[in-house]
Amino acid sequence: MAALTINGKSVEVDVDPDMPLLWALRDHLSMTGTKYGCGMALCGACTVHIDGQPSRSCSIPVSAVEGKQITTIETIGDSKVGAAAQEAWITENVAQCGYCQSGQIMSATALLTGNKAPTDADIDAAMSGNICRCATYPRIRAAIKRAAGSLA
Amino acid sequence: MSTKHIENASAREATSRRDFLKVGAVLTLAIYLPGCSPGDDKGAGAAASGATKFEPNAFVRIGADNTVTVISKHIEMGQGTYTGLATLVAEELDAAWSQISVEGAPADAKRYGNLAMGGIQGTGGSTAIANSYEQYRQAGAAAKAMLVAAAANRWKVAAGEIQVAGGVVSHAASKKTAAFGDLVADAAALPVPTDIKLKDPKDFVYIGKAVTARVDARAKSTGTAKYTQDVQLPGMLTAVIMHPPRFGSKVKSVDDTKARAIKGVVNVVTFVTPVSTGVAVLANDFWSAKKGRDALAVEWDETNAFSQGSAEIMADYRKLAKTPGAVARNDGDVDAAFKKAARVIEATYEVPFLAHSSMEPLNCVVQISENACEIWNGEQFQTLDQGAVAKLLGMPPENVKFNMLFAGGSFGRRANPLGDYVLEAAAIAKAAATPMPVKMVWTREEDTKGGFYRPAYVHQFKAGLDKDGTIVAWHQRIVGQSIMGGGPMQGMVQNGIDPTSVEGAANLPYTIPNLRVELHTTTIGVPIQWWRSVGSSHSAYAIECFLDELAKATNKDPFELRRGLLANHPRHKAVLELAAEKAEWSKPLAAGRTRGIAVHESFGTVVAEVAEVTKTAAGYKLDRVVCSVDCGVAVNPNIIAMQMESGIGYGLSAALSGAITLKGGLVEQSNFHQYTVLRMNQAPAIEVHIVPSTEKPTGVGEPGTPVIAPALVNALMASTGKPIRALPLSAQGIKMA
Ligand code: FES
Ligand code: FES
Repeated sequence: MAALTINGKSVEVDVDPDMPLLWALRDHLSMTGTKYGCGMALCGACTVHIDGQPSRSCSIPVSAVEGKQITTIETIGDSKVGAAAQEAWITENVAQCGYCQSGQIMSATALLTGNKAPTDADIDAAMSGNICRCATYPRIRAAIKRAAGSLA
Repeated sequence: MSTKHIENASAREATSRRDFLKVGAVLTLAIYLPGCSPGDDKGAGAAASGATKFEPNAFVRIGADNTVTVISKHIEMGQGTYTGLATLVAEELDAAWSQISVEGAPADAKRYGNLAMGGIQGTGGSTAIANSYEQYRQAGAAAKAMLVAAAANRWKVAAGEIQVAGGVVSHAASKKTAAFGDLVADAAALPVPTDIKLKDPKDFVYIGKAVTARVDARAKSTGTAKYTQDVQLPGMLTAVIMHPPRFGSKVKSVDDTKARAIKGVVNVVTFVTPVSTGVAVLANDFWSAKKGRDALAVEWDETNAFSQGSAEIMADYRKLAKTPGAVARNDGDVDAAFKKAARVIEATYEVPFLAHSSMEPLNCVVQISENACEIWNGEQFQTLDQGAVAKLLGMPPENVKFNMLFAGGSFGRRANPLGDYVLEAAAIAKAAATPMPVKMVWTREEDTKGGFYRPAYVHQFKAGLDKDGTIVAWHQRIVGQSIMGGGPMQGMVQNGIDPTSVEGAANLPYTIPNLRVELHTTTIGVPIQWWRSVGSSHSAYAIECFLDELAKATNKDPFELRRGLLANHPRHKAVLELAAEKAEWSKPLAAGRTRGIAVHESFGTVVAEVAEVTKTAAGYKLDRVVCSVDCGVAVNPNIIAMQMESGIGYGLSAALSGAITLKGGLVEQSNFHQYTVLRMNQAPAIEVHIVPSTEKPTGVGEPGTPVIAPALVNALMASTGKPIRALPLSAQGIKMA
């Protein structure tokens, strides 16, 4: 049994402490917006925020996140920055297959929260852990800049 | 860095030379338009008065709540087909874009067959829009005609006086208006028209305009889009599998004691299909199944195991390339031309196996009940998978039902002609003898090691030049496995030539009087499959880079050399010229910067790309790619630009570092640390320029992919002066920043 705080709500999940947060979210809490891509912290599809930090939920056991604030794609749009990122994503027609985009938006929102005007180098540094096999990178870059502009 | 999509006036001029399809002001077409209920392949139209929805045909449903649902016979796997098909319907229906949504069709080849695949239901070969262009427009036009007739009856005015725009039906003189939803009950009671008029292209409001956002943009930006991976059903079990470490091995014995002891594990089964075999651990969730899978002790029967390594495979291929193969094309007298040639240049190019490596690892949900099977899947090849599963389970195909989900990429992989992964899911559910739904999930490792790769190939070239450096003879010999051979596509192989093996080579557009293309088809135990752009994925690289070697050897400009050789192919020439013009090919670059160009046709679409690289202390940096494309009518310019960008990025991953290699039959890569792919820090800025056209649309999902490797490699050769005759670049000592 693990006691977690997800999207502002306290939840208890009956899983082994070694279960990665990703699978607790997906298989036990029916929150399927966070995706599985590699299971080895290599692709970023599973990115969530833990105490505001973008984190790969496939590689963090639930035992390590008890007592921390976990935010997922399901509610990131409730924040001003998250909503701006999502609107920019839609305007720039970023998503193709879309499978990576929850993770991309979580990484981008974390970037934009700490950096009001990210440069190309900032974007490279913050986003290179997120793979997109549809290679939507140029539009992700444009959407991050658009979101930054809309928040300014 | 930004991406631009620009329609170009000078290209309009360039293409005005083309032999355009002559269309009248109004088209009346006899296009296959089946009806809305299963088995209704005639389009009789099930009319009922008092209906709350209106389904004039298999592709459109209009609700009393004013929603317009487009039923897509094709999978949405990122390529934008849902949006493209919706654009076609919205155009002829004159619907408001905001009232449109799209859902995936069930498996029913009678109604939802691909008109470019002989009626088989499936998606591939960049055919989704091409085969639907008239059918889906007709579907929208038929619905509109019936809504207009319903309004005319109600208002007692002539149908010809009624206007439809933006989802509103109106009669100007009487100032009457109605929303589609208001007319649903009346329209549903009318007969479906047989004589359907399509719009004059000059009246298009959606087609060719970059006004429509993707229909799936919001769902895919909020985490609410549903993929196979996200299917959750009551009592569902998750199956994680273990394939044999070597292709062709079988299970000898399984010790599952430790696996079964893991909390959450409910069963361990050995599965066998006509295509593959392995062991599956079924559990209440993925993590328990994965732990169970890792605790398995399996002994394999390796009697028929494939145990060669990539080095041996390629050595064999190189040897074969020295002997004559089956002839795919033979123009003029190649042997005589080589005897007379002033100079002969030879080169051998090689490419490795490649995994598709979609972002969503392969998966499929199957539930078997008595004499019926229900499948939830991002389903790309409905008719073949339906037949294969029905055969495996011993039931009629129509008892195998498919529910369509989004696919997190595919790049060809989900259209396995043998149905490999769908069969595995069915075989696991069958072996487990459970009435519960079973979600089979391949781990990234299984997905990488699981075979069905883009085959490895060797291309051997010989070119004969006259004393002026003109190419008078061209000899290309290709060695590799056949994608079509041996499976349900065997019929496509004629006279020993699998057309996909010689794609791009046998139809070389360059005017060379003496030209021969030969093929050696190898049979080795590595399972292979089409991979985004299929034969072009390797032929474009080999051909376009060898051509630059010839340009260098004869001191010719690579663009001018191609331009001269394309005199008989004005469409290719126009695309090439547009890319060169937009990239300012004739302007010299700053020191340390070089560029390369390539052009290639695939799936009826011509693409040219110019790549610009800078030599830096950290390695070469690909700064920018300028891409031009002629794909006929640009149904949705946004989607075309997106697909060119995506194709370029996908091709770049392969060019930079993509390689599946074998050692002693074992695949050496398992996850993204070894099968590395393009990331944000390496992604170039991309400009896409569309050649305006009134020709019927051709595909865009694949044709951007094959051109980037040669454009990039030619840019590198311009810098180093040395050809790069094998991919990926990472294995050729080329460092990219
Ligand atoms: S699934 Fe977690 S980083 Fe890939
Ligand atoms: S949109 Fe397909 S993987 Fe990113």
